[in-house]
Amino acid sequence: MSALLEVKNLSVDIPLAAGMLHPVQKVNFHVDKGETLCIVGESGCGKSLTSLALMNLLPKKAIRAGDGILFDGDDLLKASHREMASLRGNRMGMIFQEPMTSLNPSFTIGNQMEEIMLQHRKVSRQEARDRAVYLLEKVGITGAHRRLGQYPHQLSGGLRQRVMIAMTLMCGPDLIIADEPTTALDVTIQAQILLLLAELQREFDMALILITHDLGIVARVADRVAVMYAGQVVEQGTVEQVFEQPLHPYTRGLLTCIPIPGKTKRGTHLGSIPGMVPSMIGGIQGCHFRDRCPHAFSDCLSNSVELRSIDEQRAYRCLLSPEESARQAAAMEAAQ
Amino acid sequence: MTTPLLQSNDVSRQFTVGAGVFSKKQSLMAVNGVSLDVAKGDVLALVGESGCGKSTLALMLLGLLPASSGTILLNGQPVSSIPRLELARRVQPIFQDPYSSLNPRKTIGDIISLPLRVHNIGAPEERQGMLESIMDLVGLPKRYVTNYPNQLSGGQRQRVAIARALIMKPELVICDEPTSALDVSVQSQILNLLMDLREELGLTYVLISHNLAVVEHIATRVAVMYLGRIVEERETDALFSKAEHPYTHALLASVLTPEPRLGIPDSHLGIEFPNPIDPPSGCTFHPRCPHATDACGVRAPKAIQREDGAFVECHIYDDDEAVTFKSEAA
Ligand SMILES: Nc1ncnc2c1ncn2[C@@H]1O[C@H](COP(=O)(O)OP(=O)(O)OP(=O)(O)O)[C@@H](O)[C@H]1O
Ligand SMILES: Nc1ncnc2c1ncn2[C@@H]1O[C@H](COP(=O)(O)OP(=O)(O)O)[C@@H](O)[C@H]1O
Ligand code: SF4
Ligand code: SF4
Ligand SMILES: [Mg+2]
Ligand SMILES: [Mg+2]
Repeated sequence: MSALLEVKNLSVDIPLAAGMLHPVQKVNFHVDKGETLCIVGESGCGKSLTSLALMNLLPKKAIRAGDGILFDGDDLLKASHREMASLRGNRMGMIFQEPMTSLNPSFTIGNQMEEIMLQHRKVSRQEARDRAVYLLEKVGITGAHRRLGQYPHQLSGGLRQRVMIAMTLMCGPDLIIADEPTTALDVTIQAQILLLLAELQREFDMALILITHDLGIVARVADRVAVMYAGQVVEQGTVEQVFEQPLHPYTRGLLTCIPIPGKTKRGTHLGSIPGMVPSMIGGIQGCHFRDRCPHAFSDCLSNSVELRSIDEQRAYRCLLSPEESARQAAAMEAAQ
Repeated sequence: MTTPLLQSNDVSRQFTVGAGVFSKKQSLMAVNGVSLDVAKGDVLALVGESGCGKSTLALMLLGLLPASSGTILLNGQPVSSIPRLELARRVQPIFQDPYSSLNPRKTIGDIISLPLRVHNIGAPEERQGMLESIMDLVGLPKRYVTNYPNQLSGGQRQRVAIARALIMKPELVICDEPTSALDVSVQSQILNLLMDLREELGLTYVLISHNLAVVEHIATRVAVMYLGRIVEERETDALFSKAEHPYTHALLASVLTPEPRLGIPDSHLGIEFPNPIDPPSGCTFHPRCPHATDACGVRAPKAIQREDGAFVECHIYDDDEAVTFKSEAA
């Protein structure tokens, strides 16, 4: 099956006074039609810049490179600004952490929703308004007609994020990229927004790239997962594979850090990953994770470590074989 | 019975908002009649949605904000009668944001040892020794003494904040979202540290957190707050296994543990947290409560005592209300 979106060796470089920053380094992943891919990693690992690079919305001084961003067969790396503008908001939608970054404070909700559709589709204002009302109701906003005349600041954070989702759906996109869409919200509202996204995705048969640092969200939402660390994808697989048989020492370490009610014993030490993420200014020699990896050996410094594919779903970036790395992890656990 | 280390009796705090030229003044009850006991050695977690009054309560417990009514007792003594410096020595805060809570122009050594100088404790060389031992305790290498906050990682800055809070050997530490600005790999280190320090120093914590998995892991008791009131309070195991308040059920249902195949739960909460300027009548949770009856919109429930000092504020558990409740629900 051919992917809806295929990203090949995508890189982003940003020149800084201190040197060249390499926040995204040869990132590879794909998303099939109707599927949910979660990109997960800790702050600063390059998740947001990856998503901005897909949309061609990077900061001005950033340099984008790669072997292709194939969207339904077309290479977005070669698309003109006009071609990108006609895709964004139309066939590809984006939802940000803070909805106010994409909502214009001086226009009403209705106006902004209608404009998106008028820009991309041959419809009348009335038709656009009808769709806006339909979608506002879909995302669970009561009194949709009345909301059309309201301004973004008159809504709570949760409502704004719902409006943002409704707005993204105006033109019936094939792909939605959501970057930390619920991070600013209460857990109660978060669950509702995620449930809504999942339902809408199924109903409209959209693919979703959901970017988050929250492994709980990933486990509950993803079909497939890409784990990022210091600018690189370090592991990929189905959600069950990544959570139940993690291959990369970083993924394994992360999963031990989170308490799980009913599973982790109260008051016991949680797992941790000592040390800090390396600076991504200039090149990093060897494996990016080696300073924090409990299994690091001499080759991890001298060799460059590529993403190795095991099969179509599964890939990881480590010099140890899956068996060897699992064996070492089990031995370390037994020693504790 | 021994006196609780911390006691809050019917504490409220009112704010006046919207006092502009064109808008009329309105009052808002951020905390509305909170009664709580915290025993020495306990970790009391305070949970609830944004704006429910957790931080306002914390500021009052710290003596940084006066209560509008009610009393707060530390070891039986009203905090309002404890001299400011003494109170600051006995009760210390750790806040959420390790970035903004540290003075960027002071070195790590200066920041951590400032309380010693303020309280005029020890000669300079003794202070140096105390500084080094507290840095050691929280796992900060001594070489950071002369560094500035912006040269440290988020987790290290939170260690600095913890060291600063503990150097005075407080009895009570109030942690307001101590790990929510941190990555999980760092969060776990700070939680491990807080658990170790509690053991070593015999500390008592009030822990404010949005993360119920974290609460389950380190709290001994949990108080659930809604629109300025504690609606349920019980021992941690009991709260997670047999919570009674409908709001607690909804909160627990919203926890997303990293377990695949479970899908996203529906908390059935419907609409969002109400505006505290215009709180709903009766039980303030009634517009969102799946079990609400007409009585709930009229009468506010009272606290019903349960086993082991637990309580819940909901008509369902009130024998006096049970008759109306059951007939209306039917
Ligand atoms: N100084 C103040 N003046 C006016 N209103 C205030 C003030 N401080 C807090 N409030 C209001 O009191 C209510 C409780 O606020 P508080 O900061 O205690 O909430 P919280 O539970 O800590 O929320 P969060 O989880 O977002 O930190 C809110 O409605 C808030 O807007
Ligand atoms: N506009 C920018 N200019 C310079 N550096 C940036 C810019 N945006 C992001 N970065 C840096 O790039 C790295 C990756 O950032 P980002 O993609 O935002 O991470 P994430 O979303 O995973 O938290 C970080 O080191 C960040 O500081
Ligand atoms: S390559 Fe080496 S340092 Fe990197 S994750 Fe594998 S074992 Fe650890
Ligand atoms: S008193 Fe009524 S509205 Fe309030 S929590 Fe109980 S059942 Fe729900
Ligand atoms: Mg980001
Ligand atoms: Mg707060």
